[in-house]
Amino acid sequence: MAVRIGNGAGFLGDNLDAPRLLAERGALDYLTLEYLAELTLSILARVREKNPAAGYAADFLDVLKSLTPSLREQPGLKLVTNAGAMNPAGCAAAAAGVLVAAEFANDLVGVVSGDDLLADIPRLLAAGCKFENLETGEPLDLTTVPIISANAYLGAEPIVRALAGGARHVITGRVADASLCLGPAVHEFGWAWNDWNRLAAASVAGHVIECGAQSTGALYRHWQSLDLAHVGYPIAVLAADGGVAIEKPAGSGGRVSRATVIEQLVYEIGDPAHYLTPDVDVDFTTLEVHEAGPDRVTITGASGRAATDTYKVSMAYRAGFATSGQLLVCGRDAVSKARACGEMILERVRQAGYELDDSLIETLGAGVSAPGFAPEGDVREVVLRLSTRDRRREAVERFTKEFAPLITSGPPGLAGYASGRSAVRPVFAYWPALVPKELVKPQVDVRAARDWITNKPAAASL
Amino acid sequence: MPQTKPTTSPTITLGQVAHTRSGDKGNHANVGVVAYTPAGYEFLRQQLTAEVLAGYFASLGPTSVERFELPRLGAMNFLLYNALAGGASRSLRIDTQGKLLGTSLLELELPRPDNLSEMLGPRE
Repeated sequence: MAVRIGNGAGFLGDNLDAPRLLAERGALDYLTLEYLAELTLSILARVREKNPAAGYAADFLDVLKSLTPSLREQPGLKLVTNAGAMNPAGCAAAAAGVLVAAEFANDLVGVVSGDDLLADIPRLLAAGCKFENLETGEPLDLTTVPIISANAYLGAEPIVRALAGGARHVITGRVADASLCLGPAVHEFGWAWNDWNRLAAASVAGHVIECGAQSTGALYRHWQSLDLAHVGYPIAVLAADGGVAIEKPAGSGGRVSRATVIEQLVYEIGDPAHYLTPDVDVDFTTLEVHEAGPDRVTITGASGRAATDTYKVSMAYRAGFATSGQLLVCGRDAVSKARACGEMILERVRQAGYELDDSLIETLGAGVSAPGFAPEGDVREVVLRLSTRDRRREAVERFTKEFAPLITSGPPGLAGYASGRSAVRPVFAYWPALVPKELVKPQVDVRAARDWITNKPAAASL
Repeated sequence: MPQTKPTTSPTITLGQVAHTRSGDKGNHANVGVVAYTPAGYEFLRQQLTAEVLAGYFASLGPTSVERFELPRLGAMNFLLYNALAGGASRSLRIDTQGKLLGTSLLELELPRPDNLSEMLGPRE
């Protein structure tokens, strides 16, 4: 018996048709949808501040609507998603609206929560948790680091609990990306929580598919012949013995090859001998990848060790405001002129009384974004990109007003003012830390869709 | 942006023998390098050291660079610590998440190996 798990979203903002196409053509048992990058929750925390019913990945509702024909035709198809983000219950209530309207009122919807630690942080600090920043080692001090979100990366266990409770749709808050894939596997195969090698195998599969089309040809060095406009999203085919194959729907664009899969295996990892999830400590160095047919690759040799006794906690805090503005600068002296324009704007902001905390002048087109991109010969056209960050919104606002005046008070050969003043955005800085697992209580609540709408109390809390 | 010094001995670019992918881990950048062939992997083990990467990406200001090997995949992972000027939200750079670094590294010049023909990837 094999279980087919497709992942139709790699971040909040991914292609809205991909989940439907994958469900229609992937012969799936499970469709996962992964929406939460490192800082997505801080953005959604602000959304929830303004509207307590919001704070989840709203794209999911449109996606769910598009999936209802597949849900009808494929009674065995289940959904597992972290679309719940900062408000899993609110997401479930809204999703239930879609389900009831499509006559799925009896479908069971499971909500996984307990990842949101924001309200608990003061208590946990008092209890001795230091929440040292994993990048700097600094202990957390709420007087200088005003956090607005704090979410533990939960593991696969509460997802398994929801599925065991009969849920067809599992909606979570922050869960480790790989756990979205491991949860269904453990539910189907009944693996023990110390069956480290098998837990590792399904977690590797989860890592490969978590970024959607990045394992099926997107971002691949030799992308030119792959029809990425119609790229198929990835399917992990898991076996009870820990076997893993990666596929994509027949007839879709892209490619699944040893090369596309290995490129994704080494994407955004740290020490490959210790890929840490809440479920298992995975060793990528024992993996082997083989081509098993057209657009089918097997991954063998996964090995795992006991999971650590901590959850990673992703916190975000306010760090002022930022903006970036752009101007096109042309002429034989384009690069030096662009720099001079940038300096002029910064000087005028200074004259207005604002010494900016940080600013950056980039002359795009002149090879400044990374090594190896410098054009040969002289550059006669660059985009000046001028950015700033400051703790004062008014300083950043003032900065945005100093681009247009260069039309009549700057050098010749400039264009591109017409797009208007650049938008000022709040900056959230990232504070990754650890928390002992015993201090976090993952919650699972399974109810029929119709009961999520009316928000009746749970019949039984699992 | 400082360029690799021209040398008199023949060179190749990394992109002739490997493909790459990069991204972010907070304020750290990761660059995965995948050799096209086992011969290419052995060559890169010798030539593509953490020090070489630290020099190549010096303009990004990493505090250190660490190399990890995955011989069964013919791949290496490099972590460039604190190379992202604050990371996804704070960085003012256009490439806030280090997504360009893989493509950038394809241009790294390395000494031309005698057995280059055993290392090449698909023709473009």
